[in-house]
Amino acid sequence: MTRLQNILGATTAALALGAGAALAEPAIIFDLGGKFDKSFNEAAFAGATRWAEETGESFREIELQSEAQREQALRRFAESGANPVITMGFAMADPLSSVAPDYPDTKFLAVDVTWLDTPNIRQVGFAEHEGSYLVGMLAALASETGTVGFVGGMDIPLIRHFGCGYAQGALAADPDVKIVANMTGTTPAAWNDPVKGSELTKAQISQGADVVFAAAGGTGVGVLQTAADEGILSIGVDSNQNHLHSGKVLTSMLKRVDVAVYDALKAGENLETGVFVLGLADDGVGYALDEHNEALITPEMKAAVDEARQQIIDGEISVASYYENDSCPAYNF
Amino acid sequence: MDKMPAWADAILVPLISLLLAAILSALVIIGIGEDPIAAVKLMVSGALGSTYGWGYTLYYATNFIFTGLAVAVAFHASLFNIGGEGQATLGGLGVAIICLALPWPHWSLALLAAIGFSALFGAMWALIPAYLQAKRGSHIVITTIMFNFIAAALLNYVLVNVMRPVGSMDPASARFSEAVHIPTLHELLAPIGIEFSKAAPANVSLLVALLACFLVWLLIWRTRLGYQIRAFGKSESAAKYAGINPVRITVIAMLISGGLAGLMAINNVMGEAERLVLNATEGAGFIGIAVALMGRNHPFGILLAAILFGFLYQGGAELALWTSIPRELIVVIQALVILFTGALDNMVRIPLEKLFVRFRRSSAGGSSR
Repeated sequence: MTRLQNILGATTAALALGAGAALAEPAIIFDLGGKFDKSFNEAAFAGATRWAEETGESFREIELQSEAQREQALRRFAESGANPVITMGFAMADPLSSVAPDYPDTKFLAVDVTWLDTPNIRQVGFAEHEGSYLVGMLAALASETGTVGFVGGMDIPLIRHFGCGYAQGALAADPDVKIVANMTGTTPAAWNDPVKGSELTKAQISQGADVVFAAAGGTGVGVLQTAADEGILSIGVDSNQNHLHSGKVLTSMLKRVDVAVYDALKAGENLETGVFVLGLADDGVGYALDEHNEALITPEMKAAVDEARQQIIDGEISVASYYENDSCPAYNF
Repeated sequence: MDKMPAWADAILVPLISLLLAAILSALVIIGIGEDPIAAVKLMVSGALGSTYGWGYTLYYATNFIFTGLAVAVAFHASLFNIGGEGQATLGGLGVAIICLALPWPHWSLALLAAIGFSALFGAMWALIPAYLQAKRGSHIVITTIMFNFIAAALLNYVLVNVMRPVGSMDPASARFSEAVHIPTLHELLAPIGIEFSKAAPANVSLLVALLACFLVWLLIWRTRLGYQIRAFGKSESAAKYAGINPVRITVIAMLISGGLAGLMAINNVMGEAERLVLNATEGAGFIGIAVALMGRNHPFGILLAAILFGFLYQGGAELALWTSIPRELIVVIQALVILFTGALDNMVRIPLEKLFVRFRRSSAGGSSR
């Protein structure tokens, strides 16, 4: 019994020591999709890992399992002295608005949130519609059938935002293009359902689509796989997914969540707060071009897209944002 | 046939099952190179070691009491209602509609209205599968699970297209007004001098859940309707012969079941989130099945099982926060408990029963001869 008590005592001491050393560690709260979702959350994990490897420091993390944990995790991390605390996804906005004011000395980074009015939060949004516009142009230019596809996760505003930019870009490159769009499901399982992604891709191929853009988290893995198997092109999302099927993935819509997280961790407690929307000009979004897809992007396509990119930055082309309009001029969801 | 004493059936069997689940979980934790004793300590202290931990444990438990009771009532009528998820989703919709529609003067009135609406919406969602079962013979398991998906799709549509406030990109309803904020345990216990954590979400709906436990017990074992439900569940043909209308009992049992599942919304929608979010029920409807199984379909057993699952949820959250045990493994631990207490129940029960019978025989033999 005494030995057991000694062991228990030692573990408690070790735990306490661990907690003590952890005081200044930053923390990341991954959304329900989990940190290995091959896109949004994984990009944050990649950015944090890069920071940890470069500096030799460590960070705390939690992958949320339930809605009630959102506020709980925020509060516990802030209470333990973690600084900055990084949150992923728009669903953290509401808990942040009630927790952040209670910890004025803690800095928060909220990815995908831009509408809060709290001084100690760095809110980073991305102009996904602009990046989607560019890959939409590429899709229409690469399509031989004149039909391009879009596979979303759930029918929520964020995904409509992606799809709306994509549709506008496709129509800009080819006014006669036909767009087919499907959503994977109505439960959170829709973000991680590669089988259904594969089914939807086959359905869109049967409707004539020969380029499919997946904005559906882990479901996109199935979309890219089926597109490669069936000999059509696909477009990845968030992270650069060109390498998943080299020569079969037309491009990826990049959303540099990893850079946002890396920069925040690097700034540490001196994190600059405020609202930041990263667009094409800041390289916050863009399209991926590397050795895996250079054979697919012809010089004419590249020239057309780069010109559009510059025009968007200069304000000559204005891409309608679903977020701002609550409706889409190019596609009716 | 020889049986083991009731206390062994109700307490010993679940305890041994739990122990087996705990041992297997410990092996799994050792397998990934973590310390199981530290993990258990963390879970216990995180879930039960403070009023903060209790607040979360009881919050989850309240959800599971409602869904567990829902499954149990249907089960007494031999109906397997696995649509608690959808019924609770619809209950949430009912709560959100009534909370947002009227300018409530006081939370108590709003709570009464929310109880009515959540139960009504949940019951209505169970009515269609009940009717199809009673009149058309469509199996209730198939229809209720399909209705879960219809409920999810409906909620998705309503939140994105109807209830979402203008300009907000979060698929959720507007926040309810301050007036419909129902008291948390902190606010409830502070006036009588008991200090309870401010941050924890457990609220007055816990009391509603306890009341529901009592009423279900009253209904099933102390009323004529409860007797009819049980008789119908034991043998449909005998019940028919005794003049019990099977259509009526099927529909009524499912209405009560759906209503109880819908009631969960006063806890998670009105008590915790104070707005309707897309993923409001998050599996509590399915956990209710395990809770009812483990609680032997008795309200008191369900109460205990719900607290156990609340402990697993909150303890699991603490593990996720403070260790590097991945959340998939926490699900494995929760699943092991369900597996042993629910699915593998007879693995413990039958040997234990034999043991008791042999023990009794040998002692009886010794005394009489």
